[in-house]
Amino acid sequence: MAVPLPLPPPGPQFVLRGTQSAVNALHFGGGAQAQGRQLLFSGSQSGLVHIWSLQTRRTVATLDGHGGQSVTWLQMLPQSHQLLSQGRDLRLCLWDLAEGRNAIVDSVCLESVAFCRSSVLAEGQARWLLALPGKGSDEVQILEMPSKTSVCTLKPEADAKPGMPMCLGLWQAESSPRPLLLAGYEDGSVALWDVWERKVCSRVSCHEEPVMGLDFDSQKARGVSGSAGKALAVWSLNGQQALQVCSTHQLTNPGISDITVRPDRKILATAGWDHRIRVFHWRTMKPLAVLAFHSASVHCVAFATNGLLAAGSKDQRISIWSLYQRT
Amino acid sequence: MDPALSVVRLTVREAIHTLSSSEDCGLILSTLRFLKRYLGETEDPALPEEQEEFATVHFSAFLRCLVIKLSPVWLELSPDGQLEELWDSFFLKGPADQAFLVLMEALESTAGPSFCLMKMAQLLANFLSQRRMAALMEEQCRPQKKPGFTLLQETLLNKVVGLPDHLGNRLQQDNLALFFPQNYFPLLGEEVVRVLQGIVDALRGGLDCSVSFMSRVLGKICIQGRQKEILDVLVPQLTVLTQGSCLWQRVCWRLMEQVPDRTMEAVLIGLVEATPGPEVLSRLLGNLVVKSKKAQFVMTQKLLFLQYQHTTPMLQSLLGYLAMDSQRRPLLIQALKELLETWGSSSAVRHAPVTQQHYLSAAILICLAHLREPELRDSQDELLASMMAGVKCHLDSSLPTVRRLGMIVAEIISSQIHPEGPPLKFQYEDDELSRELLALAIPGTSDSSTVLAGGSAPAPTASETLAKTMDDGVESANGSDPQVGPQGSDSDLDSDDEFIPYDMSGDIELKSNKAPLYVRDCMEVLTSSEDMERWEAALRALEGLVYRSPEATREVSVELAKVLLHLEERTCVSGFEGLRQRALVAVIVMDPARVAEYLTSQFYALNYSLRQRLDILDVLTLSAQELSRPGHLKRPTQQVSCGSGAPVLATSQADCTGVSGWRTVVEERIRSKTRRFSKGFPRRELASSPSEFNSVAGYFFFPLIQHFDRPLVTFDLLGDDQLVLGRLTHTLAALMYLAINTTVAVSMGKALLEFVWVLRFHVDIYVRRGLLSAVSSILLSVPAERLLGDLSDELLEARSWLADVAEKDVDEDCREQAVRALLLLERLKDRLLPLSH
Repeated sequence: MAVPLPLPPPGPQFVLRGTQSAVNALHFGGGAQAQGRQLLFSGSQSGLVHIWSLQTRRTVATLDGHGGQSVTWLQMLPQSHQLLSQGRDLRLCLWDLAEGRNAIVDSVCLESVAFCRSSVLAEGQARWLLALPGKGSDEVQILEMPSKTSVCTLKPEADAKPGMPMCLGLWQAESSPRPLLLAGYEDGSVALWDVWERKVCSRVSCHEEPVMGLDFDSQKARGVSGSAGKALAVWSLNGQQALQVCSTHQLTNPGISDITVRPDRKILATAGWDHRIRVFHWRTMKPLAVLAFHSASVHCVAFATNGLLAAGSKDQRISIWSLYQRT
Repeated sequence: MDPALSVVRLTVREAIHTLSSSEDCGLILSTLRFLKRYLGETEDPALPEEQEEFATVHFSAFLRCLVIKLSPVWLELSPDGQLEELWDSFFLKGPADQAFLVLMEALESTAGPSFCLMKMAQLLANFLSQRRMAALMEEQCRPQKKPGFTLLQETLLNKVVGLPDHLGNRLQQDNLALFFPQNYFPLLGEEVVRVLQGIVDALRGGLDCSVSFMSRVLGKICIQGRQKEILDVLVPQLTVLTQGSCLWQRVCWRLMEQVPDRTMEAVLIGLVEATPGPEVLSRLLGNLVVKSKKAQFVMTQKLLFLQYQHTTPMLQSLLGYLAMDSQRRPLLIQALKELLETWGSSSAVRHAPVTQQHYLSAAILICLAHLREPELRDSQDELLASMMAGVKCHLDSSLPTVRRLGMIVAEIISSQIHPEGPPLKFQYEDDELSRELLALAIPGTSDSSTVLAGGSAPAPTASETLAKTMDDGVESANGSDPQVGPQGSDSDLDSDDEFIPYDMSGDIELKSNKAPLYVRDCMEVLTSSEDMERWEAALRALEGLVYRSPEATREVSVELAKVLLHLEERTCVSGFEGLRQRALVAVIVMDPARVAEYLTSQFYALNYSLRQRLDILDVLTLSAQELSRPGHLKRPTQQVSCGSGAPVLATSQADCTGVSGWRTVVEERIRSKTRRFSKGFPRRELASSPSEFNSVAGYFFFPLIQHFDRPLVTFDLLGDDQLVLGRLTHTLAALMYLAINTTVAVSMGKALLEFVWVLRFHVDIYVRRGLLSAVSSILLSVPAERLLGDLSDELLEARSWLADVAEKDVDEDCREQAVRALLLLERLKDRLLPLSH
């Protein structure tokens, strides 16, 4: 018996068109409070945030709050109708979307013109932490929201010179309430910060090129990062809060702009500069699929809680995929 | 006079008198019983010399008298059946040859269906089933002293072998199953073995015997075409008997040697067919080929050169037989030389049917598998010369199978003759044919298998060994599988079944996107750019650009076609041929008249390579197909957006797109029946979008057909470049077919028929195939009434030619196509007849 031929990769379930500019950020919203009305937020180069209904596959609303400057990051706050959007106009806006409203209720001014996406840590509390690139080019600022009080500024030691932070990930171990921050830097290293102590717990150099995206699985204490280079790095955190590179995975073409582990921690997806979305098995890092649909760089990938995968590309399209879903 | 003899004579005379006159049952019975003494079967037998005299002199006469008396009334004289029993016993117990002859004679002279006839047929059946035939034949094997025995033997031979025919003629519907050839000859086979057993026993006992009668029987049966019936019985038994017995082997050899020359061929062919392998054949034949000229001719010439219907296992046992003995080996080498000579003769390659060439090649490979390098050294130069000539004319052939045969055989010959030299290596597809042939060339497969299998078991055939090796391959492939499995499951504790990777072959390195956005830019890049990536991107983008911007394309169409036609593969671009071809097709489709005009003029221009000329033909066919397809403009955009999927397909098919392109057209035409049935529907569709080929068909067709007979310095269609001519005929046929429902179809058909008429006796098979398909497409495309009105003379001529081809052509494909064309012609007639009423 010969090995059965692998199936050809599937096509997208459907495609959302109409942003009329490159898609830079995606975020699935809705969930429980939306009563099955699943939404997808997309932030575009032209500064608009589109809210898509996945039932009708049409835009529900368009938010214009960044003065025509590119939107780079979108995040819904859990258990609320509030959306955070980060724009290249150096503003971070908080939108209230409850009951069909779409108004900016608050905004934070960024002090860095870098491309670093912010990160949020909010476990259903009234107060939440926001990590965003700081004033100094290598700094990360932590704010307590909604009061906007600065908790601290994380500045690497003088001799480290990691360059600008490129991507951030705030998280909290289940065992302790200490907020921790993972930051990928321009020199290709990933550092773990203890926010309360304002110090680097551990730092590992895993890429030759700037780290472009990272995601962390706090259950397995394992994270993955992608860079402008040709490799993915998987690293883990041991009991002493020390980062170690577990493995690296070579890609065919260089450049990853975003990387996301599915909420059920089974698979992960990368957004490639080579127009392709790659899907890996998270535990084994076995390559599962290479999805070639877009005709320009893929800028962002996002998973919904139900496992749906969305990818936004420079070709102005958002593709929605259904892969390895439990039925 | 010996008093005893006269006593016998008197007794017999008296008995005959009694029988003929008396109605008294008792008297007849006693007379018969008395005579029975002479057969020596009773408790009171007569003197031996009396028996002898009775047997030689009086027996036949007496039997004839018995036959005359036979009637239902006469047999009823003794109600208990004693008389009948006695009557039978004379035939069954007396000397078998005379009894047999009298019986046959009587059967022939007895009229129509009657009691007597049936009675005697029954008796003959008894005679056969009581093994009297063995006795008859054994008698003939004893040393003969009687005068006139040759005549007797001749008669016996005819009767014994012709028995099924005689009986069939006499008995007609009432024939007994035993006399059917399929039953009689196996029985005869059993008898032959029994007789041979008797001879072997006699020889052991020191008696002299001759097997020549047996040989003649065997020969006669075989020449009547009953080899299979008799040898299927004979060969397995002889195979077992000759194993380990020299005496049996000698008897067997003698049996074969004594076969008359006239019948030698039939016997040998039957024997080679029936024996399971060279080992057995060698045991049965001995060194027959060395001793008998006729046998040598049959084995080394007739079976190898004049016939080609035999199976590969048969070839293997034949050549294996030649290889098994040092005396026969020179014959094998000689055969190889002659085989190679034929293989290397260009006339043979051109005129012999493909199946025969395949047969020859297989024979060569089997020979080579048996011969070792030292044996070949003497004739190395000769073999090499034939091989070189052969490779040349095989590669020249326009039939892919013949080319492939040439490559495979050449590779193996060169590796055998020069094992130390650099190996000759061709690129050919690994298909069933090549695998089969390569398996033949592995030395020792046939030898070892027969040795292992011993005498009685048939040697595994080539296909079996092949299957075995393939099984091994699969097993090893499977073997690696389980290794992968556990590895995976070591780390994967939960089920990974749902995470089956998709095909990732499309994950190739991304070329930087430098594709030009305008047709003109593309053209510029293709002609002048030194940046290979850009060049490749331009080539990849071109087809899509052309379809998207018809206006821009039309402005530069001819120029673009020129660029593409002269484009060379500067870097290793996967699917280059396909890309270029598709781009050219796109250009033609966008601006058919001018580009087709240009390309057809270039087809006959100087300074093009054959490849380019073939490309021109291919793209013309493909674009004509594209143009004649209803709604053709919808497809290309889809193709472009396919992205990753399409190039993969293109690479895998790149080699055969040219061939398969028009192949599909030809096949479509061949399936003309289905087209006819579904015609109602497409016709309606055609009405809504007229074929764009209609207005431009002439540009494609006429320039191509006009100049074929004008040779250029570099290009001579009627001479060496027959491959191009073959493609040209196929292209013209395809264009003709695609021109269905166009207004120019009639004049195209007329021109094409003339073209066909000029070339109809072309030697190249490929060209002839093209011509035949051209005729078929004319019959399909030109409206029937116009065909009859304008082209009736040409059609008549074509018809006689088709009939000729259908009957006599060497190529099976040609014959088949001719028959198809004739059928089309017939249908045309059928369609016209109702019209004329």
